[in-house]
Amino acid sequence: MNPVQTIVAKELRSFFVSPVVYVIGAIFLAVVGLLSYQSVANASNQAVRLMQLQNTNAQLNLNEMVFRPLFQSMNLILMIILPLLTMRLFAEERKLHTFELLLTSPIGVNEIVSGKFLSVVIVYAGLLSLTALIPMTLSAYATFDWNPIMLGYLALFLQGALMISIGLFASALTENQIIAAFLSFGLILGLWVLGALSTAFGDSALGHILSYVSFSEHYARLIRGLLNVKDLMYYISGMAFMWFAAHQAIDAYRWK
Amino acid sequence: MIDVQHVTKRYGRNTALNDISFSIEKGEVVAFLGPNGAGKTTTMRILTGFMPPTTGSVKIAGFDCLEEPWEVKKHIGYLPESPPLYLELTVKEYLTFVGRIKRLGPDELQERMGITIDQTGLSEVQGRVIGHLSRGYRQRVGLAQALLHNPPVLILDEPTTGLDPNQIIEIRDLIKSLAGSHTIILSTHLLAEATAICQKVIIIHQGQIVAIDSPEQLGAKLQQAEILNLTVKQADPDFIETLGKISGVIHVSAGPAPNTFIIETQIGEDVREDVTKLVMTRGVGLLQLSTQAVSLEDVFKVLTKPKKPIN
Repeated sequence: MNPVQTIVAKELRSFFVSPVVYVIGAIFLAVVGLLSYQSVANASNQAVRLMQLQNTNAQLNLNEMVFRPLFQSMNLILMIILPLLTMRLFAEERKLHTFELLLTSPIGVNEIVSGKFLSVVIVYAGLLSLTALIPMTLSAYATFDWNPIMLGYLALFLQGALMISIGLFASALTENQIIAAFLSFGLILGLWVLGALSTAFGDSALGHILSYVSFSEHYARLIRGLLNVKDLMYYISGMAFMWFAAHQAIDAYRWK
Repeated sequence: MIDVQHVTKRYGRNTALNDISFSIEKGEVVAFLGPNGAGKTTTMRILTGFMPPTTGSVKIAGFDCLEEPWEVKKHIGYLPESPPLYLELTVKEYLTFVGRIKRLGPDELQERMGITIDQTGLSEVQGRVIGHLSRGYRQRVGLAQALLHNPPVLILDEPTTGLDPNQIIEIRDLIKSLAGSHTIILSTHLLAEATAICQKVIIIHQGQIVAIDSPEQLGAKLQQAEILNLTVKQADPDFIETLGKISGVIHVSAGPAPNTFIIETQIGEDVREDVTKLVMTRGVGLLQLSTQAVSLEDVFKVLTKPKKPIN
């Protein structure tokens, strides 16, 4: 086992012996399930209305009617849930002084940060894959295009991984888990609000910068089914930046 | 084995360590002694490479802490003040994790794990979750963590704090058994502990080293008077005065209990014979006459008396 694998294995073990993951996972899946039920019900009501109105076999686009709003609201749930998964990563190590063990062992800070990041990404990917039951069940009763859904899941994955990297950084700043959770929640919320703010500046340079920095537009494009290198680069560079920031925060803690 | 040269550590404007230098030979057991906040933990954290010094150099087993931190980390086992334990893991899981981040191979890890668990007396609890263990066991798991990769240098920050007397003795015996094959630095504010297990004591006070010596030598250096304790059966009212007249006696005072006396004498003057003679001629009945060695406690008090603060 290389050091990153060692950290990942230990983190996964810690995650699954604590009730936190089960509680968060249950809430996430329950809320996503309810929301998907709501959007499916909505779509079928509209279909009935359309049929009565036009008296024809109206074709509804399920991707547009069901999945896009679902992916949109899942994004909001992630904002609340992921900071709770990441808050303990470094804050707990600092509180329990196990950080002293890690930092006095022949293992690099980069390996510790990568291992911690990957472990939460794995937990999140597991949770996300469970929600794939929704389109799978729906495919038994309706026909729809799978490609935008695949892309939607890629978007959700990247979006979640970015939020996890933000939470990783926030957790490296403090030994208080609550503060870490609120800090990452605040940072994610800030990034989201920047997107809304960008529309106020319209076509100006500032507007473009704000809309690039915020995840809103990148995410919106991906769940609309548009695959774009620029959007992928946004997520990857965002995660790299947060990884680096977490690394710096840990170095600062040692050098202070 | 350990060479510390002119190390200074500042936290902002606060100087935690001020120009500390010392060196420790292979196989020595050395105690850092000092009141709380003296700089013991800071010194240890610098030695382990947890934090860098502001200025100065630290070499462990020939490797510089700043230039080759990885080599230094491989050569050190560190038990911080509060043992670094993952409470949700079992003892065995925890030690497996530690072994892996200490870069032990799978076979080596299995072998060392068996030895370490035996050494620290953890075999009964190896399958239990650390969070459910008593304080004494947790301390032992912490010690096992430091020993696991069989490092030549052990740095133990207050290894016996918070343990009950039996556990303290067990841990001390374990440390003693490791002496010789390992170079050990431990910090303590218990003077008895330093005397019991260490060949050398480094007294730190307000970020400076105030003394480096063996416990006995330190005592001898500071001894300005020898003290005799005398207990008799029934003392006459003027007995205390006649005692004071014996040549070589500086001062006599009444002891805590009735008919006990504390006699301070000049150094090198053995007045015990004269005292015995006096007791015999007076017929007060000798019950006890003993010399009192100057304890490390006294040395400590003298050396760490509040001085003017360091700038």
